[in-house]
Amino acid sequence: MINALGAPQSVLVLGATSDIAAATVTRLAAGGRLHKVVLAARDPDALSLVAEQVQALGVPEVVQLPLEARDPRSVEAAVSAAFAGADIDVVLVAIGMLPDQQRTLARPELAVCAAQVNFIGAGVAALHAANALRRQGHGVLVVLSSAAAERPRRSNFVYGATKAGLDALCTGLGDELHGTGVSVVVVRPGFVRTKMTAHLPAAPLAITPEAVAEAIATHLTVGSCTVWVPRTLRPVLSVLRHLPRPVFRRLPV
Amino acid sequence: MAERAELLSGWGRTAPTCAFVFRPRTTAELAAAVATAGPRGVLARGLGRSYGDAAQNAGGWVLDLAHFDSIGPVDPASGQVTCGAGASIDALLRRTVREGWFVPVSPGTRQVTLGGAVAADVHGKNHHRDGSLGAHVTRLELVDGQGELRTLTPADELFRATVAGLGLTGVITTVSLQMIPISSAWLAVDTRRTADLEETMSALADLDARRRYSVAWIDCLAGGTAVGRGVVTAGDHLAGDDIDDPLAFAPKQRASVPALVPSGVLGRRRMALFNEAFHRAAPRSADNVPTRGAAFFHPLDALDRWNRLYGTGGFVQYQFASPDPASIRAVLEALRIAGVSALLGVLKRFGPGGDAHLSFPLAGWTLAVDIPARTAGLGPALDAADRLVVESGGRVYLAKDARMAPDTVEAMYPRLADWRAVRAAADPRGVFTSDLARRLRL
Repeated sequence: MINALGAPQSVLVLGATSDIAAATVTRLAAGGRLHKVVLAARDPDALSLVAEQVQALGVPEVVQLPLEARDPRSVEAAVSAAFAGADIDVVLVAIGMLPDQQRTLARPELAVCAAQVNFIGAGVAALHAANALRRQGHGVLVVLSSAAAERPRRSNFVYGATKAGLDALCTGLGDELHGTGVSVVVVRPGFVRTKMTAHLPAAPLAITPEAVAEAIATHLTVGSCTVWVPRTLRPVLSVLRHLPRPVFRRLPV
Repeated sequence: MAERAELLSGWGRTAPTCAFVFRPRTTAELAAAVATAGPRGVLARGLGRSYGDAAQNAGGWVLDLAHFDSIGPVDPASGQVTCGAGASIDALLRRTVREGWFVPVSPGTRQVTLGGAVAADVHGKNHHRDGSLGAHVTRLELVDGQGELRTLTPADELFRATVAGLGLTGVITTVSLQMIPISSAWLAVDTRRTADLEETMSALADLDARRRYSVAWIDCLAGGTAVGRGVVTAGDHLAGDDIDDPLAFAPKQRASVPALVPSGVLGRRRMALFNEAFHRAAPRSADNVPTRGAAFFHPLDALDRWNRLYGTGGFVQYQFASPDPASIRAVLEALRIAGVSALLGVLKRFGPGGDAHLSFPLAGWTLAVDIPARTAGLGPALDAADRLVVESGGRVYLAKDARMAPDTVEAMYPRLADWRAVRAAADPRGVFTSDLARRLRL
């Protein structure tokens, strides 16, 4: 059970090899109640590495599960395996990939893969997790969306489109689940310095995975909500999305 | 059976979870609900005055015993009364005070059910003299984990596991209680205004020797040496010979707090001002002031739903008991160093503990502090307080807990293993559970 001060005892991470996921588990372990962490990811070697790191945090029970985000049945199997033993207090959906935009435009089949992972895989994971949380009557579903979901930029709109789909799905899901004891936290980080973005020049207001983790940890007891990291992105994106398109087009973003 | 899904939280309004709430009409219906319980179990819930998650059962069933609200006549010779577990202390007092009977132990609110009061083994301002409620319960009826109705007396091991058992040994359906005779609904009350913690503690010890009831409100926000200054009140039931209609008892709710109060209304500064005013308003010393029972025992009951004052973020009440008087100052100091502001503090002396396995009171002192749940650094600060409490041989009140760690409970409640054994025998299928039981792995 998550306690009154927002410290969970059990966490399921889908897409566990993400840097934001690792930072989040570290932050949640600092609450001093974390007893069980279930980690699901595609790459078994990278996954065992993460599992070792989580064990080193002093979490007594660490479980590893295989996960192929492009296969909805694999996603479903991972979620039901994670919930089979006992309650899960927090589910973090960190499934995601960043497609190379130029290559995707040249080869649209790459966009299929991005949509399969970022929208379908993560979306199905959220839906299955929501059902499992509803059955246990409590829990928080944290979904990593992106500021790009609010207003995709010219340089990343394929990624933005997949995140926009996921964001819409999970925002609606949060409203649907109101009053069920289950809340959905939709996280919209800006540019986060991770291995996923290591090859890119940092955008303005760039942040660390730890900042995202901190924002997640402080929003586990407030009910369904949308969390911007950093918070200043919200007014910035709000302005950007209302700019006339001829103006937005000329911006160097 | 007509049940509905409902979002439930404790009085502190933190960590709400969803359960199917069902109101059985008869013991047979109740027993059937227990016998057919699903994998997420069953729990009885009273009026929701536990501060934390003791009366929640996420995803499972919650039994509301509103229909078990009978209040038997008080036997004029013995003073015993048998009530449905869903009857409240409020309802009981409104019935019996007029006939000259008072509850042997009254918590700070009348708005608790008798079943809940037994399950928490509540204490009152007379603990130093009369012990907790369990000591005055003569008989219980309990539906156990097999759906069987059992009658328990203080000689039964299961009785001692059910008192303070947090509803985890079964569903209490009736409670028989030894009432105390009174000749008025009034008390003779002494008041002492104190300048610091030391003076508060010595005034309490001093008044305890003379008075049946005593308690101290303390100011945890006062700076420097003034921390722990307070107002000590102590009293006894008044004969009431010169009072008009001495047994009249009809306390009213004066106001109700609206549903939407923003968090932070009870901020540190505002509460410090309130504390200052409250402290100054108290007489330096007054003796034998006639005071209505409701105002003395249950002052906060006049303000309906006062828990909403803490806003949507809710609050936690941290109450611990310790044999070591120094632990009171140590915990207050630890909270102060962590930058945690306890807005309200209540200090009291305890007499010897009872024989229920998980009963909270133990001979020494108890301090309860209210803190907004969204206070920065509160988790580590209270964990540090837990360590101080354990080191001093004390414990935290489970019926109020919303944040402790499972291992800490083992250290605080040495009879936990005995309790688990009795519980396992009474509920072999593990039907009875709660969010608190899951969180603390009871």
